[in-house]
Amino acid sequence: MTFTPHTESEVEAMLKAIDVERIEDLFQEIPEVFRFPDLDIPSKLTEIEILSELQEIASANATTDDMLCFLGAGAYDHYIPAAVDMLLRRGEFYTAYTPYQPEISQGTLQAIFEYQSLICALTGMDVSNASHYDGATAAVEAVILAYHFFRGKRKKVLLSRAVNPQYRQVIRTYTHGYEDLLITGDEQATPLKSDLESIKSQIDIDTALVLLQYPDFFGRIIDYASLIDAAHEAGALVAVAINPTALGMLTPPGELGADIVVGEGQPLGLPLSYGGPYLGLFATKSKYVRKIAGRLVGKTHDIDKQPAYVLTLTAREQHIRRDKSTSNICTNQGLMALASTIYMSLLGKQGFKQLANLCYQKAHYAAQQIDKLDGFEVVFIDTPFFHEFLVRCPKPVSMINLALQNYMILGGFDVSEDYPKLENHTLIAVTEKISKDQIDALCEALEEVAHD
Amino acid sequence: MQFPENLKYEKTDEWIKIDEELALVGISDFAQDQLSDIVYVEIAAELGDSISKGDTLGTVESVKAATDVNFPVSGEIVEINEALADQPEILNSDPYDKGWMIKIKLSDPSELEALMDANAYEKYCQER
Repeated sequence: MTFTPHTESEVEAMLKAIDVERIEDLFQEIPEVFRFPDLDIPSKLTEIEILSELQEIASANATTDDMLCFLGAGAYDHYIPAAVDMLLRRGEFYTAYTPYQPEISQGTLQAIFEYQSLICALTGMDVSNASHYDGATAAVEAVILAYHFFRGKRKKVLLSRAVNPQYRQVIRTYTHGYEDLLITGDEQATPLKSDLESIKSQIDIDTALVLLQYPDFFGRIIDYASLIDAAHEAGALVAVAINPTALGMLTPPGELGADIVVGEGQPLGLPLSYGGPYLGLFATKSKYVRKIAGRLVGKTHDIDKQPAYVLTLTAREQHIRRDKSTSNICTNQGLMALASTIYMSLLGKQGFKQLANLCYQKAHYAAQQIDKLDGFEVVFIDTPFFHEFLVRCPKPVSMINLALQNYMILGGFDVSEDYPKLENHTLIAVTEKISKDQIDALCEALEEVAHD
Repeated sequence: MQFPENLKYEKTDEWIKIDEELALVGISDFAQDQLSDIVYVEIAAELGDSISKGDTLGTVESVKAATDVNFPVSGEIVEINEALADQPEILNSDPYDKGWMIKIKLSDPSELEALMDANAYEKYCQER
């Protein structure tokens, strides 16, 4: 669609129709001093000039194409097959907006249906929506679902300390207005080692939801079976925040008894990007389908018995339920959901398993090698982990990461800000993109920068 | 449109049928007609709950709207119509008989005096 501005005569006709003399008069409600401020910006440039200037500014940034990336903590540098972007940019798909009219949107609707089916297969759940903004906002929706499922009668939500600190922060921000809701369980005073026992001891009949992460924020694979049982015995729901890549080798949370699965979909073929767009995964058991937010596509048939796809169970949503809807989330990241669908389809079941295995093996090699370095220690070496692990360093992580930049290496995530007791601790992520030689290069660089 | 004489009605379109100290509660013919095809009924109360007049009984979803149903009187829940979970369309086809939603034991029968009789409710519906 082209952009066609109004002509002067059209503007004049419109102003006349509403009996206003000048466009400026429409802004009278805004205090004059704020109305048309002088902007301190340079004079205009031609397209060629501005492109060159912007490219110069952009080239000051380094990307994961330039640097070796060991940074994860929720978003990961995986290889994205070229076909993902190629298919994604087809005109038929290139809109993130909701397909309200099924008669002209069968392709988009089918793609969303396939996305939901893939997420259900991956997580072991019955229903997936499509979708949320990112892992953090999907985690928030789990809290909101649980709160409304118990009609506000259960007022406690327990968060494991090993849930991504950003997710926990976003949950607190979103639920700020829920005055009777207590978000707790992740106090700094609780030692990480006794996190789960602490959570378990706090589960009671007032608990609406227990939120766990799998693998947890430190990459650890923990058997949550007894904790999930304890929550269910008290009548509470359990939500598990997952890394989808890890489910290529781990038991799906649905089989562990999770009621809700949320997660960051970025590892499924979306590029790393500050601020997104990412993709919030959200899946539940059928029992909760009436309480979930977001879009759901269902498969049915038309009057000729041909398969047909439609948006379904829309009475959950705010355009029908109005102020009684439990969430204001409607359309979300449709294009990103499509990208992840293409990515998963390209890899296939075997490819996805291989990917998980590669990440796992490479991360374990890296952990072994780093643990041998003088002054470095892999902290949870006896706990199973996936493709990320916590390392105690001989000096502040910020200093190490700064020095690693000289080697064109993007170091791990400095956890000391979120976990003050973990001073000098870094979280190292290793994906399939990293080679053995590159892991060895990281070890050499670490050895050098540690003892400068 | 039917307005059975033996029922009392609330302004928010619930009916109540008194049988001594017990009462059945549902939604009126007018309400089901306004909502059109009902696809889901959620009862928000549980057996044994003590409820007050005006509390939310549940939610009825149709193909075009979702609306709350409220308790027209105070009391205690003694029975819930489980059939509605699988066959919500009963509310459309038989709102006054098979479509009862909940049975309660009245705690304050004087609350009934504030409700409308069939004539008053029919007039009230016509004016809307």
